[in-house]
Amino acid sequence: MSKQEWPLYEVFIRSKAGLSHRHAGSVHAADDQMALDNARDTYTRRSEGVSLWVVRSDRIVASDPAESAAFFEPAEDKIYRHPTFYDIPDGVENL
Amino acid sequence: MYTQGLDQAGKDKQLASEAEDRLSAFQARVDAEEKIEAKDWMPEAYRRTLVRQISQHAHSEIIGMQPEGNWLTRAPSLKRKAILLAKVQDEAGHGLYLYSAAETLGVSRDQMVADLLSGKAKYSSIFNYPTLSWADIGAIGWLVDGAAIMNQIPLCRCSYGPYARAMVRVCKEESFHQRQGFDIMHALCSGSDKQKAMAQDALDRWWWPSLMMFGPNDSESKHSAQSMAWKIKRFSNDELRQKFVDVTVQQADFLGLSIPDDDLQFDDTTGHYTFGEIDWQEFLDVIAGNGPCNRQRLEKRKQAHDDGAWVREAAQEYALKQAARTAA
Ligand SMILES: [Fe+2]
Ligand SMILES: [Fe+2]
Repeated sequence: MSKQEWPLYEVFIRSKAGLSHRHAGSVHAADDQMALDNARDTYTRRSEGVSLWVVRSDRIVASDPAESAAFFEPAEDKIYRHPTFYDIPDGVENL
Repeated sequence: MYTQGLDQAGKDKQLASEAEDRLSAFQARVDAEEKIEAKDWMPEAYRRTLVRQISQHAHSEIIGMQPEGNWLTRAPSLKRKAILLAKVQDEAGHGLYLYSAAETLGVSRDQMVADLLSGKAKYSSIFNYPTLSWADIGAIGWLVDGAAIMNQIPLCRCSYGPYARAMVRVCKEESFHQRQGFDIMHALCSGSDKQKAMAQDALDRWWWPSLMMFGPNDSESKHSAQSMAWKIKRFSNDELRQKFVDVTVQQADFLGLSIPDDDLQFDDTTGHYTFGEIDWQEFLDVIAGNGPCNRQRLEKRKQAHDDGAWVREAAQEYALKQAARTAA
């Protein structure tokens, strides 16, 4: 029984209302509630957060960095998606 | 047969050149100050170096709670006790940030803990010295956390992302540690002759071990060059030690304490202090497990681990039972 390691949870903190949750690190915990408690004690001892998310690390689906060139390639050649692609004629303002 | 041999040689050559390409692409990323992230390709030796360094660092934070923890129940006031408790709790937090960073490299928490308890893994030599008086708590915050800050600030720019981010978090908390230590020293030095003598005695005992925290001289340091090339390390041991001496001597002057080194003097031409030879034999003895408290520190950690086993098991059992109940 004690041979089994508690699962790993990733910890995300919202530092104040209006901002997104941001990854802070990870904690081990036997269950979800303990993961929240451990995350609070480990990562918010100085009021760093107003909201915490914890999620089992093995439940995260991640893109593969080795494939990232191919994976993100569709966005690479569409420079017309950026406003800087367009020339603004002289004399036109507030565009 | 002959052609097959040729094929194999060709394949080996191709594999070798692919490996070389990957290695130089990796070094180019590091040279460009790009951060390496957990799932990125990295040389095996880079991974091993980081696992060793980060886990040693984590172990130091965990063992480092003991010398100060010894004074929690004997702090001279409720205020000092609350501060020390918060400081020691921070050190536990540092250990946890760092274990979590090391785990991104594929080593398990249990494995790291097992390596610490078996004596296979090392931790900082400094935590094998005893805390004999309350002034030692001041000296540790001022000198030991001060030396740690010198070491850790450049690590915030380490090439490995998860380690660098953990160090940013640690460094934010360290300056409280150093200031509370200096504050204890300052209070003692502004007190009675007896209190001031206590502060001097603590400085006498902690000065040299603090200088040893930076590790061997550059000429003796075996991992340094590679770690510098990988941008894990940014400054050499001797550079960091010099910085520490330069700033700390002035603080000791302010306190009216004297550094226990007859060779210490300011060099007008370099603008730095020169200082006496460190007793490297003592350093090696402590690293080898023969410092004043090595056995005690490890035994206490083992006992805490064993005493906590039933709690870990009960929590796991409860979690399984709850999960089964929800599933049913
Ligand atoms: Fe620390
Ligand atoms: Fe500290």
